[in-house]
Amino acid sequence: MKFFKLFGEYILLIKGMFTKPENFKMYWKELMHQCVEIGIGALGIVAIISVFMGAVSAVQTGYQLISPLVPKTTISQVVRDTVILEFAPTLVCIVLAGVIGSKIAGELGNMRVSEQIDALEIMGINTKSYLVMPKILAALITIPLLVIISMVLGIWGARFASSMSNIVSTDIFDKGLLENFIPKNVTFALAKSYTFAFIISSIPAFYGYNVKGGALEIGRASTTAVITSCILILFADYILAAILL
Amino acid sequence: MHFLQLAACNLQLSTMIEIKNVSKSFGDIQILKGVSAVMETGKTNLIIGISGSGKTVLQKCMVGLFEVDEGEILFDGNNLPAMPEEERKQLRQQIGMLFQGSALFDSMTVERNVKFPLDMFTKWDHKKKIDRVNEVLERVNLKDTNKKFPAEVSGGMKKRVGIARAIVLNPKYLFCDEPNSGLDPQTSMVIDLLIKEITKEYNMTTVINSHDMNSVMEIGQTILYLYQGEKEWVGNNKEIIFSKNQKLNEFIFASEFLRDAKDMRMLEEKGIIDNDRNMEEVMKDPETHLLMGDNEKRESHPDRDDEK
Ligand SMILES: Nc1ncnc2c1ncn2[C@@H]1O[C@H](COP(=O)(O)OP(=O)(O)O)[C@@H](O)[C@H]1O
Ligand SMILES: [Mg+2]
Repeated sequence: MKFFKLFGEYILLIKGMFTKPENFKMYWKELMHQCVEIGIGALGIVAIISVFMGAVSAVQTGYQLISPLVPKTTISQVVRDTVILEFAPTLVCIVLAGVIGSKIAGELGNMRVSEQIDALEIMGINTKSYLVMPKILAALITIPLLVIISMVLGIWGARFASSMSNIVSTDIFDKGLLENFIPKNVTFALAKSYTFAFIISSIPAFYGYNVKGGALEIGRASTTAVITSCILILFADYILAAILL
Repeated sequence: MHFLQLAACNLQLSTMIEIKNVSKSFGDIQILKGVSAVMETGKTNLIIGISGSGKTVLQKCMVGLFEVDEGEILFDGNNLPAMPEEERKQLRQQIGMLFQGSALFDSMTVERNVKFPLDMFTKWDHKKKIDRVNEVLERVNLKDTNKKFPAEVSGGMKKRVGIARAIVLNPKYLFCDEPNSGLDPQTSMVIDLLIKEITKEYNMTTVINSHDMNSVMEIGQTILYLYQGEKEWVGNNKEIIFSKNQKLNEFIFASEFLRDAKDMRMLEEKGIIDNDRNMEEVMKDPETHLLMGDNEKRESHPDRDDEK
């Protein structure tokens, strides 16, 4: 019952975003601002995670594929596909749900509690479109880019780790990378990242926008938002895999 | 001549806010119970009452932040609850509001806070906007704070910035929710008087929530007393202390000291207390008892209204 109420409110928030901007220039400025906040803000953590996750998957795959019957190039193929298909989109987005989600929920929650949202409404500004839409658009623009960066860095991390710990040489690794490459996997990964980007931005925005009460509630809303987005990401991951693969 | 007077009268009548029979509930709890009032132009119209009596809810209903369950809110005769969203947005550009916690955008400097409505709703060039910002900041007696962030200025200054932002677009209506909450009495008074002056200067219809007796006496040009979400009393600051409404008196003379002070003043006015008599004599005077015990007597001298 409560779920349906929440879901209905969520749909109303999304629907309420689509109105004519009061001033296009201000909306554009806000969008750019959010792109910087969301995209550049999360770049560091994404880079670190990607390099290490690539490195670890290379080492582990190398550890498991010890049979002399399997060619060494398989290691880089396996690493490439797991990074592109699963690690870069899903793992990175789970982390981003924490980083970006808590930021969005916190920002909007604070604005709600301190009546800044009311102040904007009073001026005659549609806060659903002015505050929420730029965040969602910025996420849709920057998160897929972050995922692509993560793919590249993840594979680079794997390559680096492989040669460092003598699993495969960089020559063989590079050769394997180009074997049996399926471009559809990248498309699939991007489809996932767009879906996740929407979840990561809209769910925390919903919880933040609707905070009632005081500072304590802001923290609570952030936590709920992050947990809900993580669960939805995993759920969507499964659904998309079942449909698209 | 007659016609002109009539026209002027009409003008006066139309530029004001009238609320009719406004009710609002949250869940099962009815917060506002059929409140009606008229807020006059060029005056500071106060809504008073104890904490929790529904002042904020009433004000938020008036500006449409809360939807009313029942009733009309007429801005110059236009009923806000019945307006479609677009029309409401238009009306809101003529409304300025000062929030209880100032509600400044804390990611922006003071200057950008005040400039924000101009950025959003005007096509002026940068210089014209800055000039206007400085003009209103000067009007609220703020200088050299342009580049500061809200977290870096005092509570009283935040209120001033809030007022500046509210009036920067020259609104016809100004709403203030407890403009002096959290301020010391002296600063409160300055803010109150500032709002009163600006109201007159800009000829706005100003609605102020307050529970502070100083403001009530100082700027209560019209007063609506809310008691548990009901309109309990209406009047002005000249009438309020002579009202015999029991619930209103409980609010005004919340402290024993004020109640005594009120009685003293009355006795003094009646000439029962004067320099030649000591308190003992006064207390023995049968007229003292007559006056203090009998409310009807107090009201029988309407001329006293004018002495305040
Ligand atoms: N958004 C809300 N949801 C539910 N109850 C509310 C809400 N806002 C205010 N109330 C209730 O309405 C009553 C009046 O509150 P309010 O108007 O803030 O009082 P005040 O006169 O102090 O401004 C309080 O009992 C408060 O709990
Ligand atoms: Mg209040």
